[in-house]
Amino acid sequence: MAALSTKPHSHGAVVPVSSRAEHFTSYDVNAFEVPGGREEIWRFTPLKRLAGLHSGAAATGTAAVEVSAAEGVTVETVGRDDSRLGTAGVPGDRVAAQAYSSFENATIVTLPGDVKSEPTTVTVTGAGVDAVAYGHIQIKASQFAEGTVILDFRGSGAYADNVEFLVADGAHLTVITIHDWADDAVHVSQHHVKLGRDATIKHTVVTLGGDVVRVTPVVQYAGRGGDAELFGLYFADAGQHQEHRPFIDHAQAKCRSNVVYKGALQGDGAHTVWIGDVLIRAAAEGTETFELNRNLILTDGARADSVPNLEIETGEIEGAGHASATGRFDDEQLFYLQARGIPEDQARRLVVRGFFQELIAKIAVPEVRERLEAAIEAELEAVGT
Amino acid sequence: MATLEIKDLHVSVVSEDAPKEILKGVDLTIKAGETHAIMGPNGSGKSTLSYAIAGHPKYTITSGTVTLDGEDVLEMSVDERARAGLFLAMQYPVEVPGVSMSNFLRTAATAVRGEAPNLRHWVKEVKGAMADLDIDPAFAERSVNEGFSGGEKKRHEILQLGLLQPKIAILDETDSGLDVDALRVVSEGVNRYKASGEVGVMLITHYTRILKYIQPDFVHVFANGRIVESGGRELADVLESEGYVKYTGSKEAAALS
Ligand SMILES: Nc1ncnc2c1ncn2[C@@H]1O[C@H](COP(=O)(O)OP(=O)(O)OP(=O)(O)O)[C@@H](O)[C@H]1O
Ligand SMILES: [Mg+2]
Repeated sequence: MAALSTKPHSHGAVVPVSSRAEHFTSYDVNAFEVPGGREEIWRFTPLKRLAGLHSGAAATGTAAVEVSAAEGVTVETVGRDDSRLGTAGVPGDRVAAQAYSSFENATIVTLPGDVKSEPTTVTVTGAGVDAVAYGHIQIKASQFAEGTVILDFRGSGAYADNVEFLVADGAHLTVITIHDWADDAVHVSQHHVKLGRDATIKHTVVTLGGDVVRVTPVVQYAGRGGDAELFGLYFADAGQHQEHRPFIDHAQAKCRSNVVYKGALQGDGAHTVWIGDVLIRAAAEGTETFELNRNLILTDGARADSVPNLEIETGEIEGAGHASATGRFDDEQLFYLQARGIPEDQARRLVVRGFFQELIAKIAVPEVRERLEAAIEAELEAVGT
Repeated sequence: MATLEIKDLHVSVVSEDAPKEILKGVDLTIKAGETHAIMGPNGSGKSTLSYAIAGHPKYTITSGTVTLDGEDVLEMSVDERARAGLFLAMQYPVEVPGVSMSNFLRTAATAVRGEAPNLRHWVKEVKGAMADLDIDPAFAERSVNEGFSGGEKKRHEILQLGLLQPKIAILDETDSGLDVDALRVVSEGVNRYKASGEVGVMLITHYTRILKYIQPDFVHVFANGRIVESGGRELADVLESEGYVKYTGSKEAAALS
């Protein structure tokens, strides 16, 4: 079956329309041109605010990585030359390649096989105001491992990194990444997920703080039966830019993916971008995939861009779909709650909490769930509607 | 003794183009202890009247007054009206995803009562009220009205009526979409509310069948944005046999049963 990503040209040639399949990747920063802002993958990103992460800024500091490891989980700090690094995926844009070309040490966290481990928390603290840092983290779930890793990003400065998730055959990894940066922070991050046969990942991205946060989670399947659930929850205030670009690359048969990202925006210049790419290659027969992005705009002056892309190169799929909706606050919901005596500000909070509820309910770590609920509460407090 | 007084109420709806006048001078006084049935054909403005009293932002009051015990209702925000003792059981209750019924009920009761109800008593109270209306306890953990059938939504409106105990209740076609059993259960709920205190009811309906269960003291015929005739119970019987033709001039079916 012909790829949907190509279209016939008037001269009979076939001209590809930027298919995800042809997306360029390299470990070497010099293989990428410095982006000018017009490029498809950069056109939504405010390059001027990236502190030069995209144009060769040298590291001026180091982000501190602290791991609070559960029993049985091993933590290693390794040099650039460790052969295990880079196996989950190849950087897909210049900033990711810059990070890969620039980090000095990497942290490898390994969950033991065949057992269930308690949650492990990796805390990354930025190098400080005006400092630039690069990093690399690899999370490995050994065969039949089962466990949760929380990645907690905080502090100040500009930071670019690659985070690898190697989920071995039959392993079940739950990941919660929280971007709770200080107001000045800039973070450009690529996540590389590689799922073994019958491996599953539940990958949740939470973005609350920072000036610019851009996260590109890429999922690849190394065998049949892989299952990826990607959830995202973001809340952008005045002036914040939050960009999430999940890409699911279905190249194996009988795999599943489900992507649900939800965001709320408030305040002047709050900007969120969601680009959800799903590619079902010819070999990926029996794929089942769905992706959804919903945005709730709470005030004027906020803007949400949402672009789902589904490319299907095989007719033999189980099911594929996508949906995207961006809406203003629902006045009918507000009216209904107020008509029962609930004051307007409280009614608003109920509706927003309700909007995020399905995702929050999926977070299995109570402390993280409570922290998120409190964070959303604080965000809503800040509007003072 | 609560009194809701509506005087010469004119209401327009803000639609895309020009504002359109829907209510053209409504006069109605409802006192505690009274049940007023408002009956009228589709599109005559019954829901508009109820929404305007509740304060829905889509409707603009162009003239007239609404007072509750002398207080200007139109000056109040939607939630203030509810806390002042007005309640609207909606014709089309709104779904609020992600907000559980139990959380919603408790938040509303806290707002209306002015303090959080004692948790233990509250749980009992809700359970009892749900059982009275034949509502499965599992509904407490479902999102407000989400995926409820038409009849389930109406039962939950009456559940709220019972828990919030307003001074004046406006029931907008609470009977529509109910089967015979549900109609009885819901009517009993309204009658329990009526018996619970000095309260007034505005019962909006298209059909006379609910009046077999809930006795009205007054019946008003609503047509073309105003009350065109008022009478006692017997007026409902006349409507039952003759329909609204007399009031609309058109051949609106005497869809009364
Ligand atoms: N938001 C709105 N925008 C435009 N027109 C409206 C709006 N709300 C009501 N109307 C119009 O006002 C008129 C009265 O509507 P309303 O819903 O009050 O009637 P009703 O008597 O409750 O009818 P029904 O018996 O069908 O419930 C109708 O012609 C309706 O189309
Ligand atoms: Mg109506």
